[in-house]
Amino acid sequence: MSLLDKLDAVAAARKALLPEGIEVFGTPIEEVYSSTEARIGDHRILFLGTNNYLGLTFAQECRDAAQEAIHSEGTGTTGSRMANGSYSGHRALEREFAEFYQCRSCIVFTTGYQANLATISGLAGPGDIVLIDGDSHASIYDGCRLSGAEIIRFRHNDAADLEKRLRRLGERSRSTLIIAEGIYSMLGDRAPLADIVKVKDAYNSTLLLDEAHSLGVLGETGQGLVEETGLLDRVDFITGTFSKSLGGIGGYCVSNHPQLDQLRYVSRPYIFTASPTPATIASTRAALRLLREGVELRRQLWKNVHQLYSQLKELGYRLGPEPSPVIATILETPQQALALWKGLLEHGIYVNLVLPPATPEGNSLVRCSVSAVHTSEQMNHVGKTFAKLRETIFQ
Amino acid sequence: MLNDYNDVLQKLCHHLKQLAGPEVEITPQTDLINELAIDSVKLLNLIMEIEDEFDISVPINALADVQTVHELANLIHRIRSQKQ
Repeated sequence: MSLLDKLDAVAAARKALLPEGIEVFGTPIEEVYSSTEARIGDHRILFLGTNNYLGLTFAQECRDAAQEAIHSEGTGTTGSRMANGSYSGHRALEREFAEFYQCRSCIVFTTGYQANLATISGLAGPGDIVLIDGDSHASIYDGCRLSGAEIIRFRHNDAADLEKRLRRLGERSRSTLIIAEGIYSMLGDRAPLADIVKVKDAYNSTLLLDEAHSLGVLGETGQGLVEETGLLDRVDFITGTFSKSLGGIGGYCVSNHPQLDQLRYVSRPYIFTASPTPATIASTRAALRLLREGVELRRQLWKNVHQLYSQLKELGYRLGPEPSPVIATILETPQQALALWKGLLEHGIYVNLVLPPATPEGNSLVRCSVSAVHTSEQMNHVGKTFAKLRETIFQ
Repeated sequence: MLNDYNDVLQKLCHHLKQLAGPEVEITPQTDLINELAIDSVKLLNLIMEIEDEFDISVPINALADVQTVHELANLIHRIRSQKQ
């Protein structure tokens, strides 16, 4: 097989699954009108898969802050922080995140993906072990690979299974990094954090929790699962992203371990990439203030979540195990999932289509992401459309 | 040692049959991905089953060098031997 033949195989697989003319992955979006509406082709559509949980992408404070930063500091930093320095905004955002989590320190990264890549590969190395949930995000798998540590999986959300695998490691459990997520991106379920913390303490391991989907969503001030469960001081490292509830792009890691700061000198995804732009940092700082004060936004978000989750459940759709801003409908075949995705789009609703092998248990998913700024009219339209499509999908 | 390897091979084939179907013939030379159509996720889940069956830890990094049933059996056998 020549170098490029394997990509021809990808093209053939894609063609076999997806009819011509349907751009499922990377759908062209012509105009964006608001946090929840855009135009695809000639049709005005509702965003229902964007992870814009608090709807902050169009918040006036965030847009103003980004514009002002561009005017005062320019469009980019054109290099890494190690080579080109840390702007005042980078340092301020790190202080603000550390203060938000009442943690000793924070490092900000250029993307959420890099936050996991950089943190995991900086903490673990050859001779260490990373013990990860089986449903972990690709950024966690890739960070583990980059680290050179031995990678072992435990069964999804199963603390007893985690304990069994730690026990097998014997003394090596002390050099083990356990990784879990606040809310899992595929089915929207939370990690059993209290049980995981108990196990990690019993084996003197270290715990990293990725709050990418739970930041801004869980807890009184939006810290995530650590706040909802009251276990902030029992988790060693917390990572997360700016690209969901904060409506920007970037990522962070916070910790009370003084060693976190040393990652700046050993972590390749931090060292060898351009730092976040001034506009990104400024909008994220504004968004973080709104997130912390966003009690009403979270109340509205969860109202929308419960409405859609219970509607879909009543309609007989198979869903993830608990209500969450990620509401995944689980379909038996990719063809069923594609038909539902296409039907929703024809009714002006744009969601995520997720197909194996990126999905748990080989299922196909049509994944919705609910936002605090979805109106009751929009949510009613979504519910009615799912009801209408149910009969055609499952006939 | 050979008996131990054969024991591993037999148990591994039992797990693989459950994934690939009873009608599929499995030999030590069978290619896991190309002949049994076991995708990466199924292979990772299979490894968890194997870890429990033999009470061992199999780092998934080690799978990079595994293509056939024999190579997987050999890996399990090696890890098991190191443990004993």
